[in-house]
Amino acid sequence: MTVKHHLTDDLLMAYSVGDLPEAVNLIVATHISLCDECRAALEAYEALGGAVLDTCDSVALSETSLTSVLDMIHTQDNAIVVNDRSAPAKDSVLPTPLADYVDGGLENVKWRSVGMGVKQAVLNTSSEASARLLYIPAGTAIPDHGHKGMELTLVLQGAFQDEDGYFGRGDIEIASEDVHHTPVADISEDCICLAVTDAPLKFKGLVPRIAQPFLGI
Amino acid sequence: NGTQSQIAEWVDELVRVRDQRDEAAFIRVFQHFGPRVKAFLMRTGMDAALAEECAQEVLVTVWNKAHLYDASRASPSTWIFTIARNKKIDVLRKQKRPEPEDLPWGPEAEPDQADVLGLQQESEQLGRALRDLPEKQRELIEKAYFGDLSHSEIAEQTGLPLGTIKSRIRLALDRLRHSLK
Ligand SMILES: [Zn+2]
Ligand SMILES: [Zn+2]
Repeated sequence: MTVKHHLTDDLLMAYSVGDLPEAVNLIVATHISLCDECRAALEAYEALGGAVLDTCDSVALSETSLTSVLDMIHTQDNAIVVNDRSAPAKDSVLPTPLADYVDGGLENVKWRSVGMGVKQAVLNTSSEASARLLYIPAGTAIPDHGHKGMELTLVLQGAFQDEDGYFGRGDIEIASEDVHHTPVADISEDCICLAVTDAPLKFKGLVPRIAQPFLGI
Repeated sequence: NGTQSQIAEWVDELVRVRDQRDEAAFIRVFQHFGPRVKAFLMRTGMDAALAEECAQEVLVTVWNKAHLYDASRASPSTWIFTIARNKKIDVLRKQKRPEPEDLPWGPEAEPDQADVLGLQQESEQLGRALRDLPEKQRELIEKAYFGDLSHSEIAEQTGLPLGTIKSRIRLALDRLRHSLK
C-alpha cells in the first residue's frame, strides 16, 4: 500500500505536543496507523520533545516522592501483564484507534442514512471538533461544498476523486476554508471514510442545503 | 561526547528496568527524570502539587510499560516525554488520546544494534542543535512543547536536524516490517 496524501508538519507537530482536539487526534492516529512515512515524522517530533525535556530546568520532587512511587510499583507489581505485545483481533478496514470508537469493528457501526445511499455515523468525541464515518456507494458524489473551517478526510476503503486528486486507502485530504470540492466515490467499490471537521461545512445549492442538517455537521 | 554516552547510559538503565525489573536502575531513572518531568508539567500550566503528583504517576508508568521501550525508535528522554505528554492531556484536557496502532511485533522484534546506536547519535546531535540555538528560537520551540504556542514550521525556521532522525526511524520501521514477512 502506498499512501500519497499525507498529514502536514503542522498537524504532526501539534499531535506530538498534545495540542489537538480529540477528533483530530483520532484521524491523525488513524492515518499514522496506515502510514510509516508520517509515523517516522511523528517520532522525529517526539524526539524534539525529548530534547526539550532534557534542556528544560528541573524542579525537585518532594522528599517522600521516591517512597510513594516505590510503594505504588510494589503494591501493583503482581498484577502487571508484562507481555501485552500480542495484537488484538483486527478489523481489516478500521485501524485500532478507530475500532476503539465503534465497539470493535465495521459490523458494529451504527449507520444512519443521509440520502442518496450515503450513510454516516457520528463518533463520540469532545465537542471542539467532530468526527464521523461516511459510507459512500461506489460512483456516488458528495454535493459540491466549501468549508468554514478545516475538513480532514481519510479513506479507509475504496477511493474518491475530487478537484485535488485521487484518494485511496490511507490517503488524507486536508481541505481548508478556501477549498470548494465535489468528492466522487470510485466506481470500483463502496467508499468508507473518516471525516473530521472543526466547523460546519457550508453547502451551496438547494439539494445540498437540505442535506446539511441531515449530515449534522 | 559526554552527552552521547549519557544517552547510552540511560538506555542501559531503562533496558535493565525492562529486562531485569532492576529496582536500583529504576531509582536512578526516577532521580534523573522525575525532576525534569515535574518542571515540564509545571511549564504546561500545572501547579506544583499537581505536577508533583503527575510526575510520580509518569514514573510509575515508566516502570509498568518498560517492556514497550524500543531503543531503536526513541531515546529514553523521548519515550518519557511521550508518557508525560499523555499524562498532561489526560489531566488538563480530560480526554483520552487516540494512539496509532502498535506495529505488529514478530519473533524478531529485538532491534538492530546499528539502529540503536544511530538513533543515539542523532538524538545527541538534535539535543546539541537545540542547545546551540539562539535564545529566542529555543524559547519558541520550548513554548510549542509546553503548549503555549502552536507554531508551524518551527523546524524549518530553526534548521534543526529533524530529517536525519526521521530517516533513521523510517529505516528501523522498514526493517521491522521486513522481519515480519
Ligand atoms: Zn502519511
Ligand atoms: Zn469537503
